[in-house]
Amino acid sequence: MADLTSNLAGIESPNPFWLASAPPTNSGYQVQRAFEQGWGGVVWKTLGTPIVNVTSRFAGFNYREHRMVGMNNIELITDRPLDENLKEIAACKRLFPDRAIVASLMEVCEREPWHELVKRVQEVDIDGFELNFGCPHGMSERGMGAAVGQHPDLIERVTSYVKEASRVPVIVKLTPNVTDVRFPARGAARGGADAISLINTINSVMGVDLETWNPIPHVDGKSSHGGYCGPAVKPIALNMVSDCARDPEVRVPISGIGGVETWRDAVEFLLLGATNVQVCTAVMHSGFRIVREMIDGLRDYLDAKGLASVRDLVGRSRQTITTWENLNLNYKIVAEVDQSRCIHCNKCYIACEDAAHQCIDRVARGNDGTYDLVVDAEHCVGCNLCMMVCPVDCIDMIRVDENLASQSWKERSAAIVSSRA
Amino acid sequence: MMSKATFPGASIHKVLTDLEVSIEANRCLYCYDAPCTKACPTHIDIPRFIAQIADGNVKGSARTILEANPLGASCARVCPVSELCEGACVYHTESDTPIRIGDLQRYATDAARERDMHIFQAGPPTGRRVAIVGGGPAGIAAARDLRRYGHAVTIFEARERLGGLNTYGIVPFRLSTDVALWEAEQVLALGCDVRTNVRVGDDVTAASLTDEFDAVILACGMGNVPPLGIPGDEYAWDALRFIERAKTTGSAPGLGNRVAVIGAGNTAIDALTCAKRLGAQRVTMYYRRGEGDMPAYDFEHDFAKEEGIEFRFFCAPQRIISEAGHVTQIEFAQTVVSGGRVECVPQSTFVDPCDAVISAIGQSRLLASIEKLGVVHDGGVVRVDDSMRTSRDGVFAAGDCIFAKGVREAMVVEAAEQGKVAARSVHAFLGRQKDDAWLI
Repeated sequence: MADLTSNLAGIESPNPFWLASAPPTNSGYQVQRAFEQGWGGVVWKTLGTPIVNVTSRFAGFNYREHRMVGMNNIELITDRPLDENLKEIAACKRLFPDRAIVASLMEVCEREPWHELVKRVQEVDIDGFELNFGCPHGMSERGMGAAVGQHPDLIERVTSYVKEASRVPVIVKLTPNVTDVRFPARGAARGGADAISLINTINSVMGVDLETWNPIPHVDGKSSHGGYCGPAVKPIALNMVSDCARDPEVRVPISGIGGVETWRDAVEFLLLGATNVQVCTAVMHSGFRIVREMIDGLRDYLDAKGLASVRDLVGRSRQTITTWENLNLNYKIVAEVDQSRCIHCNKCYIACEDAAHQCIDRVARGNDGTYDLVVDAEHCVGCNLCMMVCPVDCIDMIRVDENLASQSWKERSAAIVSSRA
Repeated sequence: MMSKATFPGASIHKVLTDLEVSIEANRCLYCYDAPCTKACPTHIDIPRFIAQIADGNVKGSARTILEANPLGASCARVCPVSELCEGACVYHTESDTPIRIGDLQRYATDAARERDMHIFQAGPPTGRRVAIVGGGPAGIAAARDLRRYGHAVTIFEARERLGGLNTYGIVPFRLSTDVALWEAEQVLALGCDVRTNVRVGDDVTAASLTDEFDAVILACGMGNVPPLGIPGDEYAWDALRFIERAKTTGSAPGLGNRVAVIGAGNTAIDALTCAKRLGAQRVTMYYRRGEGDMPAYDFEHDFAKEEGIEFRFFCAPQRIISEAGHVTQIEFAQTVVSGGRVECVPQSTFVDPCDAVISAIGQSRLLASIEKLGVVHDGGVVRVDDSMRTSRDGVFAAGDCIFAKGVREAMVVEAAEQGKVAARSVHAFLGRQKDDAWLI
């Protein structure tokens, strides 16, 4: 059986599934329940100067009948006293010594308060720190969270303050609410971060009530932007993880966060370069028990792939992400409809006709009004749209360029330039 | 006035919760050039009305339905959906179930009815006048569109209320009077002159219609169930009159415990299940052919089985036996079908005890009215072309009066479509006459 143990910058855990700093890690009671179900580690809900929360804090983004495809929240960091949190952290660590407990921290951008907070928290047997430079709402208005994370220099400076005082590895959690996430990631690396974690939540307004014209969720008729997360953000998170994993100036381990719900999602993050993953929304939707399926799935997958350890997955697809200019212009696929499975909803037809390249024809079978949907393979550009809209998966994309050598745009441009020379 | 009857037993249609509606509406694939729409005789844009339910525009959904089918609320209850839209759904496969189009259509039209939405407006007056003979489904559908074109409409209805068979002839647990009358009221709200309790040929002359109106649409439906032609015939109930009485009063005094229904069509099923729900203990269908020949839809047949109806095939009634003015027995002969013809087997008679006999062997034709209008007919079936034009210029026909087995279906949804087509043809006819700018 494959080994699932994971090591993120020296923080060991029995599996790569951690709970992100969020409502599920708010208390010792919850963290114990999580550990009982098998979570490998937790990042405790952010510690700092206690705050006051508002009510009406979360909102779900539903797509048709699918609940919580996305989610947003305007909850702040812990609203419980630091001593209480530290007592519970210590108790959890005693009960589950093999699990990772990382404390998420937030402070104003000054050396002394950070030193003081780090020293107090590491009095309990903590495995690491995660610096919350990502929280996009509320705390950022007070000069913390994402207000720090949007300034690479501030990240570097605060990270170095923490490193001065910390005895354990320091993870810097990054906000996605930036133009290019590599810049804050580089700031963290320069500040001495042992690892980075990303993404934190994305600035979002979840909706407006069509009857009352109030925002959703609203606090007595008003709202502020919240942090968006859940399955819908996964592609954004994967891109940012990939950007950091490939950047030569970042070069620190990555904890991947953003829409992880199953072991499959986790494997994608690992393949693109994350060392472990953190989960929140899926647990908010279904409870801590989901980790059992994640562990089973990951182990069975590794066994099927003949891999001894989850570490063997990390970064295996990192180099498959490149820039557009390196893509093979001669690679060609075309759609093919399996007539035996087609139910004739014509969704592929209208999608291609109105939104792609008019390459699906409705060809009459006889005079009885029945017809087949037939791809004009000569003109099909292989965009995948028909395959994507097909509700019964009866369209396959078939490779048709067997005898052509690979040539990228970069190569083709160079060839053109040299031929003119 | 017809009293609002309470009929024993609940509607066969379950009211969907908002959540069920949402799940089902969102399950629809929104097919392009959808087979359900093609299968609907009135061509309702089904993916569109379902998408409108899903996106929370229930009024728009009702508009989409009723635009194509003025009887959309009735049809959501009486249409044989498994033979039409749902039968054509791409999800109608061995491994899947079709979208519940009928249920969704009922949801949207119920919402329109319950919230008293007024969806259509009359067109600017054209000064032309159209007479419609019969205020049933075909007549109502025609009236709705004629008013939208702006023509003045006068409906001559022999009964007290509009709606025809929808009001009087379809069992209440399938189609309540409220729904039938609401649909009629929607059309009346566009401004129609309605003459109820007026029988063309008796109370007004056919000639006065053709003289006083610019066009006439004949939508008079069919008549009573014809006599069985056997001794004791006078004791048999006409199935439609029986259903009407049950629907309008909620009871059928003198029905008794054992009821025999002759015939195997959809009206027979209605009579059978109606009798059962009114408390008759043994309700039996007698049919002179076999099970596979039953004209009733399969789902109707299944429904009758679920309701506890008994079936006797290959038997033809010979006489109704009575004592002191009450039916006590009915005698049958066994039959064989040879070369498509039914023959009675000699010396094969048997007698079943029964307290009431209901005849549902079809409907007679309203020959007198048809002949007074002077249109060509085939044994009482008014002859029309695809535009619902009769042999007489300016006279059109729609609905059951043009129903001919093997040519057209006797469904409410067909009557609705024919009414629409007739209205369109009348509009074109009047336009040609006057050559006005309002011609479509």
